[in-house]
Amino acid sequence: MDHRAVFGNRLLPYLLLLPQLAITIVFFYWPTSQAAWMSFRIEDAFGTSTEFVGLENYQVLLKDPAYYQAMLNTAVFSALVAFLSLSIALLLAVMADKQIRGGTAYRTLLVWPYAVAPAIAGVLWLFMFQPSLGMIGRNLRAMGVDWNPLLNGGDAMTLVVLAATWKQISYNFLFFLAGLQSIPKSLIEAAAIDGARPARRFWTIVFPLLSPTTFFLLVVNIVYVFFDTFGIIDAITKGGPARATETLVYKVFNDGRLGGDLGGSAAQSVILMIIVIALTSIQFRYVERKVTY
Amino acid sequence: MAEVTLSGVRKVYAGNVEAVKGVSLDIPHGSLCVLVGPSGCGKSTLLRMVAGLETISGGEIAIGGRVVNQVEPADRDIAMVFQNYALYPHMSVYDNIAYGLRNRGTPKDEIDKRVREASKILAIEPFLERKPRALSGGQRQRVAMGRAIVRKPQVFLFDEPLSNLDAKLRVQMRVEIKKLQRALGVTSIYVTHDQVEAMTLSDILVVMNGGRMEQIGTATDVYRRPATTFVATFIGSPPMNMLPGRVTGPGRVSVGGLDLAVDDIRAGVATGTDIEVGLRPEDLEATPAAAGTAGAMAVDFVEELGATQLFHGTLGGATMVIQAQTGRIPVDTKALALTIAASQVHVFDKGTGQRLGRE
Repeated sequence: MDHRAVFGNRLLPYLLLLPQLAITIVFFYWPTSQAAWMSFRIEDAFGTSTEFVGLENYQVLLKDPAYYQAMLNTAVFSALVAFLSLSIALLLAVMADKQIRGGTAYRTLLVWPYAVAPAIAGVLWLFMFQPSLGMIGRNLRAMGVDWNPLLNGGDAMTLVVLAATWKQISYNFLFFLAGLQSIPKSLIEAAAIDGARPARRFWTIVFPLLSPTTFFLLVVNIVYVFFDTFGIIDAITKGGPARATETLVYKVFNDGRLGGDLGGSAAQSVILMIIVIALTSIQFRYVERKVTY
Repeated sequence: MAEVTLSGVRKVYAGNVEAVKGVSLDIPHGSLCVLVGPSGCGKSTLLRMVAGLETISGGEIAIGGRVVNQVEPADRDIAMVFQNYALYPHMSVYDNIAYGLRNRGTPKDEIDKRVREASKILAIEPFLERKPRALSGGQRQRVAMGRAIVRKPQVFLFDEPLSNLDAKLRVQMRVEIKKLQRALGVTSIYVTHDQVEAMTLSDILVVMNGGRMEQIGTATDVYRRPATTFVATFIGSPPMNMLPGRVTGPGRVSVGGLDLAVDDIRAGVATGTDIEVGLRPEDLEATPAAAGTAGAMAVDFVEELGATQLFHGTLGGATMVIQAQTGRIPVDTKALALTIAASQVHVFDKGTGQRLGRE
């Protein structure tokens, strides 16, 4: 079917697109091109002059073991957060979907964490799991668990994963609940009559029908973990201990803002951007094909 | 043998809303029972209770002699066709039909054999690999039927299966459902609000209203001897004319200036009793009369139905419709003199609406 609109005036469609284009150019293409331009230059220590160095920033970066460590951290971090926040949110949504009385209150309560600023969420979890003062951290140690996110890289990673997951569950929950409620009840009833037990009904009917939602959330969650967890990491670990929780986006900040290496940091930004674009397009190309019906 | 027996079945929703008020019904093996009634009469609720999709608040439902009140839908050995078909949109037609068999662990070659068999009966073989969204309404309906028959259940349940189809397809599918049910000989319960479907399909017709059964019988019984004024006006199209009348003597009633003989009237009804008189539009014989003739119907307008015409008017102040073969009465007629056979006059109690026929 042809859904194209026909405009009488040839200029009108461009005029209508202009506000959107202006915003995209000012807030996306301009900074992006600035970053790309900066990634080919080196700034002197006092920030008074810059020099064009070609691909040198990239060459240095790709030889740096710390950069590969950050990539690995990001991969582990994003896989864990995406998997945990999606599966826990789905579980909660399935239960909320059954719950009819008090459902609104339950939903509202579950949505709250999304309204909490990342830095505050980070501080909250930091306090709770602080090894000597935090109510959970202290008890863990009292039970004999050698819990210390300040020194142990694994513990630190666990903590940021927990905080980032906790914050994202609300968002995923809302979408899953809406997705569940859009599945016609008669489908579930038909499956029940067809002899499918609740677990089988879920995996053969509900889960496949939710897959467009799941796919959308997967993309959103990956982008979230790549960029929006900066605040949480900054508040809890600042990338430490010993760079154990330094993700790609945190390293951009660390090297550029704190390290003063604007060129190297810009090169990292460009690579990070390419990774996210590549991941998203792979997801759309290969995964989306399987989820449409 | 799978007869379905309902005894005193009740459904009470939260807030003490009684949707089904004690229904008792015996459906013999192999027969097609149609539950018909207006929206909210409890017919769908009753069907869903038989399916196990609604809990039973009171009474008992038995399928093939086994009480199923506490039995899961999956274990009742029933199949259901839903109004919106409830096809699984992410599965092919083949998988939709095979789903119920797979859940029961039927061997693969047996599944294949039965799916092919069912799709042959329903003429959906060319579409087996398609997804439901690529099918027309009629084809989806067939797939839903296929999903029901492939499991060879003891009971078929139909929940207004034809109401999403256009008029032509509805007539065609109605005939096919009847043929299929005959051929398979499976006990069936069919819910509809369409009285034509109810009349044509049923072996047993149950007219429901307000959570109660108004009448059970064959379609002919219900049409010929409606038990209440509700049934009288619900079954038959156009609906039966209901007019206030009075008993004038043994086997005689007067209505709107007409004096009519009645066959089917109870002996105990006293002369002078006010009653409701029912006259079917198609049973009345009408001949043109001079305007203002006593006991003649004043014609307001005429509706064309093709083979027949409907003359709308009033008789003694009450509205009235007469159905006549096209051309028999000139359409510019202003008044019609009416006659009707004594066997076609229905009399009902004015207060309760119950038929005052012979015991």
